[in-house]
Amino acid sequence: MGDGLLLNASNVTKRFGGLVAVHDIDFTIPTGSIVSLIGPNGAGKTTFFNIIAGIYDPTAGIVEFAGRKMIARSKRAWLEPFIWFSPGFVGIIATIIASNAGASEGSIFIMAGITLVALMSTMLVGVARPPRYQRALPSIGIFKSARPNDMVGVGLGRTFQNIRLFQNMTALENVLVGMHTRLKATWLDAMFSTPRDRREEKEAAEEARGFLRLVGLRGKDGELAKNLPYGDQRRLEIARALGSKPKLLLLDEPTAGMNPRETQDMIALINRLRTELGLTVLLIEHDMKVVMEISDRVTVLDHGEKIAEGTPDVVRRDPKVIEAYLGAPAE
Amino acid sequence: MKATPRVEDDKKAKVPNDISSFRVWRKRLVEAANKHRSWTIVISMAIGSVLLYFWAAFPPFSFVQSQNTWISGFVNAGVFILLALGLNIVVGFAGLLDLGYAAFFAFGAYLYAFGASPFTHLHLPFLVLLLGGAAVAAVFGIALGAPTLRLRGDYLAIVTLGFGEIVPIVFLNAEKYTQGTNGIGGVDRPNIFGFVFPGIDQTAYYVLMSMVVTIVLILVYRLLDSRIGRAWAAIREDELAAAANGINTVTTKLAAFALGATTAGFAGVLNASKLTIVDPTQFLFTVSFTVLAMIVLGGMGNPLGVAVGAFILYNIQAVLLKQLNAVFDNLNVPVLQDIDFVKFQFLLFGIALVLFMMFRPEGLIPSQRRRQELHSADAESSEDLALIAPEAGEVAL
Amino acid sequence: MTAVAAPATVSTVRQRPPWAIPAIAIGLVVSYFFILTFFLGLDARTHDHASEIAVQQVANALSIGAIYALIALGYTMVYGIIELINFAHGDVFMMGAFLAVLFTGSGIGPFPGILHLSGPVTDVVPLLLYMAATLAVVMPITGLLNMTIERVFYRPFRNASRLAPLITAVGVSFILQNVALVLFGSGDRGAPQIFPIAWRIELLGASIPVLNFVILIIALGLMFVLQTFIRRTRLGRAMRATALDQQASKLMGVDVNQTIALTFLIGGALAGAAGTVWGFSFGFVRQDLGFNAGLKSFTSAVLGGIGNITGAVLGGFVIGFIENFAASLGLTRWAEFSVFVALTLVLVFRPAGILGQQVGERA
Repeated sequence: MGDGLLLNASNVTKRFGGLVAVHDIDFTIPTGSIVSLIGPNGAGKTTFFNIIAGIYDPTAGIVEFAGRKMIARSKRAWLEPFIWFSPGFVGIIATIIASNAGASEGSIFIMAGITLVALMSTMLVGVARPPRYQRALPSIGIFKSARPNDMVGVGLGRTFQNIRLFQNMTALENVLVGMHTRLKATWLDAMFSTPRDRREEKEAAEEARGFLRLVGLRGKDGELAKNLPYGDQRRLEIARALGSKPKLLLLDEPTAGMNPRETQDMIALINRLRTELGLTVLLIEHDMKVVMEISDRVTVLDHGEKIAEGTPDVVRRDPKVIEAYLGAPAE
Repeated sequence: MKATPRVEDDKKAKVPNDISSFRVWRKRLVEAANKHRSWTIVISMAIGSVLLYFWAAFPPFSFVQSQNTWISGFVNAGVFILLALGLNIVVGFAGLLDLGYAAFFAFGAYLYAFGASPFTHLHLPFLVLLLGGAAVAAVFGIALGAPTLRLRGDYLAIVTLGFGEIVPIVFLNAEKYTQGTNGIGGVDRPNIFGFVFPGIDQTAYYVLMSMVVTIVLILVYRLLDSRIGRAWAAIREDELAAAANGINTVTTKLAAFALGATTAGFAGVLNASKLTIVDPTQFLFTVSFTVLAMIVLGGMGNPLGVAVGAFILYNIQAVLLKQLNAVFDNLNVPVLQDIDFVKFQFLLFGIALVLFMMFRPEGLIPSQRRRQELHSADAESSEDLALIAPEAGEVAL
Repeated sequence: MTAVAAPATVSTVRQRPPWAIPAIAIGLVVSYFFILTFFLGLDARTHDHASEIAVQQVANALSIGAIYALIALGYTMVYGIIELINFAHGDVFMMGAFLAVLFTGSGIGPFPGILHLSGPVTDVVPLLLYMAATLAVVMPITGLLNMTIERVFYRPFRNASRLAPLITAVGVSFILQNVALVLFGSGDRGAPQIFPIAWRIELLGASIPVLNFVILIIALGLMFVLQTFIRRTRLGRAMRATALDQQASKLMGVDVNQTIALTFLIGGALAGAAGTVWGFSFGFVRQDLGFNAGLKSFTSAVLGGIGNITGAVLGGFVIGFIENFAASLGLTRWAEFSVFVALTLVLVFRPAGILGQQVGERA
């Protein structure tokens, strides 16, 4: 189906204080596949999801996306603020030395001004974290795990277990926010209403309507997200995630709370995402029917550890999996 | 499940012809206004300013004070309108509580004082300093935001409060550069292409202020409806989800801070050039609080709302309270005549702010989106609201 | 049948040894003394008596630090339990100061005083009685004030967004300040210093007013009572539980409303105690006292780790030291600036504070 691994997680561990939520997990996702992550409640699935999505830093382990190391325990993160402030420190010391050595007031002002500018520029870069800055950091030995918006930048999209739409924005606006990283107009373009901005906004709206149509929400652009029925809200969240044209789509319990017909529609939608849009999909699911029907591969977590992995049929029969869900048979 | 009949069809069926055509006409006007919003703003501001200018010369306004005093008051109100529009970007659009906003006001004012006064012997052109004031304020907006915007809203509020405290203190203490408590006086009046603003007649200031307010209103509405406006709304609703959709929350919030600060920079320059004196006591916490009260009362998030709120609140402060004093004194009303309303004004503002936050947090002229956010979703109200009060950013008639 | 995998490790949180806190405290005080002596020695004006001045300044720093610590406790407890900065807390402190002055003095403006004292009381027993009485009167009033503020202004916002209660809190703070302004007038109001400054103790060559020690004793005593209350009593346990997990506490039968009200009551009382102490010591009260002290006390709470009671106390003293440091070196006007810089540095480098825990989630 695909060549190579889109996502490659190795030895991922996450500890919250004394609780180990995820322990030494290896996990790969081949490009173009649909993979499911299942397990009893509290197994650590959503935690793992959140690690991949950049919300948590792992305690140990590495996650590579499309061959690039994106997420791992931060290395020498404390060094970063020092880098930001060092030009400023140098400038301040230079200014102090100059003033003690009796330099003219004008030149002290200029030095102070340069120091201030340098200080602010470095702080600004450090805080904004543009991609080039992030790629340069490892060469100094600093590694900072990718944040959620960085992961979106390299091609990850996700939905949430308990729908996190922008409730008071319309469906169209929600999808437009999803497209945020692909829109190039800056606030400057917006303020002066340049032709580029107006064109881009129009085209974006059209494209957003396209995404809405794709998930089956044709004609509902003007509806406020919170007024949509539950099934539509789930689909809207997917449309929003699609807005960034991701390579990998993370779906957290997409069929939760759905009746059988809606579930069938969702299964069809997910399949279409693969065939029509070429997406790779990672699902967390509790509905075994969905998992069996749609997945190329299933991974089972329990108490933070991987206890089984393979095709749906293999996993279904695995005794450890049965025990995790149903408990050990009475002796 | 049967689809509920669309409310519009219902109304068309039941309403007699003449009223319905008025409604249609009004709806068409609103739609046109929204499509050509900038023109709407220019035209309404032009008409409004002219009307206001001449109304002030006639009764009953002329009984209260002279036209020139009214106009001077309107210019001052304009300063606060600019401040309110800027703080609205930070608090209303992006949802960040900045309690030290007066600091940016100070930066704009002092920049102008440094650039055009006998104190520094510099007399740079007014328009250059106007833009310069905005730029300096924006730079300090970024300076304040950069280290603090990763923090939660509560911490941000405290840090901005501290910043707002510190800045006047710095200006006060750096006597060699700012003349401390005396401030910098004799600041130049605006000199635009050779025309120097007269000292007594306030008409020139009024025209300038109207133009600046119009431009800022246009720019602010454009920001509201743009990619960054949506990003701000998303952050305000659910910061985690916003980040999960690719929004760099830090830079987006920084942009809010910087852009919000620019109008304060404008306001500072304009105010300094009108008062011709700049001193630290003009930039204390009461100013930050007053502007906050203005946007809460006016309609947080809605540029029109906060502008109206600022205008009203300023006139209450500058005119109404003084008049109440005079009225009660003249009428010898027993208890009320002993109360000095002017002294009470900040207490009244505080009480008004708290009452509004508790009972009408969306303000007098709500932003559509804000009203949705602040009151739990009411299924029935949304359809009616769609008819009466259009989307945020649209002109409400 | 193999058993289901058990969770990998048990809690590995290290416990602090009980002598840690006093050791750190003494260490801080001693180091500050030496640092201060060093810097005073550098300045020609203070070179000769550097160590004597330093001793006095250390005593001053401890006094003001104690006041900040008392106020900081209120901030940190409230934040720990409902994640809201009670902006009005500093103004409750201010009200406490005014009430103390009203009680001990001859009145302010149109309001009559109670004890009509105008200067130092030199007999020990009456002095102690007056001080105790003032505390006993002021603390309940400020406690009730704080509790009422929560009930009226914050409770409606319990489940609302982050922004609305914050703005309301700012409004309440502003209202309190202006109420004081309207009631008592602007500018400094004289406060009778009933504790005789003349009573002093010789220490390391300097003569330190006993007042400094009394302030410290009162503050530490109250903190000790608070600590005991929180650790040993049922209500204290309820407070801790609600701070950790409000939902779970409700499910366990804790009356969350009552617990929160109690937190505000205690915090307000402590702020009132701080105000009373201020009223005894500094000779003046002013309506923007709260704004100022509140900012510094909140900085203390953050510095020590918000939500952490020991942290608030530690932070209070550290901020007291920083402010005193600037003041001792003649840089009084930059004292506030240094506190603000301290706050910013803490928030940039270690937002969790000295004793706080790192938060895992980030947006």
